[in-house]
Amino acid sequence: MHPAPSLILFTVLSGAGFGLLVWLGLGLRAPTGGVAFVLFGLGYGLAGAGLMASAFHLGHPERALLAFTQWRSSWLSREAVLAAATLAAMAPHAAASTFAATALPVFGWLGAVLALATILATAMIYTQIRAVPRWHHWSTPPVFLLAALAGGALLAGQRTLALALLAGLAAAMVAHWAFGDRRFAQAGSDMGTATGLGGLGRVRLLEPPHSGRNYLLREMVHVVGRKHAHKLRLIALVLGALLPALLLLLSAGYVAITLALVLHIAGLLAQRWLFFAEAEHVVGLYYGQR
Amino acid sequence: MTSLPETTNRKLGLVIDLDTCVGCHACVISCKGWNTENYGAPLADLDAYGAEPEGTFFNRVHSFEVARDAAPPMVVHFPKSCLHCDDAPCVTVCPTGASYKRAEDGIVLVNEDACIGCGLCAWACPYGAREMDGAERVMKKCTLCVDRIYNDNLPEEDREPACVRTCPAGARHFGDLADPGSAVSRLVAERGGMDLMPEQGTKPVNKYLPPRGRDTLAVPDLASRCDPAPEAATGFLGWLDRALERL
Repeated sequence: MHPAPSLILFTVLSGAGFGLLVWLGLGLRAPTGGVAFVLFGLGYGLAGAGLMASAFHLGHPERALLAFTQWRSSWLSREAVLAAATLAAMAPHAAASTFAATALPVFGWLGAVLALATILATAMIYTQIRAVPRWHHWSTPPVFLLAALAGGALLAGQRTLALALLAGLAAAMVAHWAFGDRRFAQAGSDMGTATGLGGLGRVRLLEPPHSGRNYLLREMVHVVGRKHAHKLRLIALVLGALLPALLLLLSAGYVAITLALVLHIAGLLAQRWLFFAEAEHVVGLYYGQR
Repeated sequence: MTSLPETTNRKLGLVIDLDTCVGCHACVISCKGWNTENYGAPLADLDAYGAEPEGTFFNRVHSFEVARDAAPPMVVHFPKSCLHCDDAPCVTVCPTGASYKRAEDGIVLVNEDACIGCGLCAWACPYGAREMDGAERVMKKCTLCVDRIYNDNLPEEDREPACVRTCPAGARHFGDLADPGSAVSRLVAERGGMDLMPEQGTKPVNKYLPPRGRDTLAVPDLASRCDPAPEAATGFLGWLDRALERL
C-alpha cells in the first residue's frame, strides 16, 4: 500500500494526542493552571493536527462533514464521530482544570473512554480490510493502542506507566510483524484464485491491461522500499520502544523523558511507514505483483 | 445507506466467457466512451499526449498464460470490472453514504456528490474495480450502464451495458443472476460459472465461464519426422555436392 505522508502523520500525531487525553481524563496526572493549559493544549493540538493532516488525504475535504453520518456501518465514520465526541466531552474537564483548578472527573472519564475508542476505531479502519491480509488480523489494533497510550504517557511524564507501555508496544510490533509475514499465504489468495484459472495450471501474467501506471498500481501495489523492511523494523523497534525505555530506566529527569518522546515519535514514523509499505493488497495478483 | 441491503430483488450482473474472449479491448473502449459522455463525472485522461499517459477505466483486460503439465500453455484474455458483489466490502466502509448497493437490482453505485475522495472503498475492494478519478477526485466505478439498461429513449437492443453491446466475440452476457431461468443463469449452470477470489467472502454477482477443455488430437510426434540435416549424399550425387561446394 502507498505510504501517504498525510496518513502516517495523522495516525502517529493524533494517536499520541488521544493517548495523552486518555491519561489526563483518567486523572493519572491532574494538572492545574498553566501546566494544565500546556498539557490539554498538547492533547487537543496533536489530535486536531492529526485530523487536519488526514483531511489533506481527501479528494474533496469540503464535504468532510458527511463523514459523520455513516457510523452504523463504517469505521472511518465512527472514528470521525468518536474523535469529535472526545474533544467535546473532555472540554469541561480541560477548562475547569486550567481555569478553576478543579478536575471534573465525570467528563474526564467519559472523555478518556471516548479517546480510547477513537484510537481503536483508527486501528479498525485498517484491520477490517480483508483485501490486505497483513492488516486483517487481531495483532493490528494492539500496535495502534499501545503506541498511542505509550506516546500519551511520555507526553504526560508518567515514567513507570510509559516503561510498561513501551515494553508492551515492542512486543506488539514484533507480534504484528511475525504474524503479518504469514498472513498473505494464510489468506489463500493467489493468481489462481484471482483469475479462477488455478485449477487448469500455473497462472502468470502474459500482458498487463495497460502499459503505463494507474491509480490501482500507485495506491495498492507499492513495492518500493520493501527491500529495507528488515532494517526499518529494527529502527522502529529500537527508536520506537527499546531506546526510550532504556532512557527512562537510566534517568527520571525531564531531559530523559523529552528525548525518549522524540525518539519514540521518530521510531513510530518508521513503523507507520512500514505498516503501509509492507502491506500487500490482493489486487496486485492481477498484475503479477504483490 | 452504506449498510448493505438484506436481499436484492434482482441481481443484475455480467457473465464473462473466458473461452470466447479474444482480448480485443473493445469493451474497454466502449465503456470509456459511454461513461465519459453520460452518467456522472467524465473518466479523466491525464498526460494523454505526454510521456506517461494514464486514465480512469471501469473495465480493463488482462491477459494470462496458464502453464499446464501435460498440455500446451493456454492464453486466457481476462476482462475485469466491478463484480457488483452481494457482500460488497467497498459499500460498508464508506464514511459518507456515497457508496451504496441498490435493493431493487443489486447494482453498486457511487453518489459522486457525496464522495469525499478518501479512497477507502478502493482499498476494501479485492478486485481493483474502483479507481479515483485523477481530475474530479471522486471515486469512479462500473455502473452496469444504469443509464442504458432502463433507458426508454434507446432502441431495445441497446438497453444493455455498453461493453456487452459492443463485444464482437459474444463473450459478455448481461442479465438477472437471481432468476434461475434467465439466460445468464443457465449459462452459469451449464458452463460451471465461477466466482473470483471466493475466499475473500465478497459473494460476487458477476460470474466467469472457464475456458473449455482444448481438443487433444492423436497426432504422432511430427517433429522427429522432419529431419533438418539429411545424411550426406554418397556416390555421384555426393561427388556433385562436394564439387558444387568447392566452386
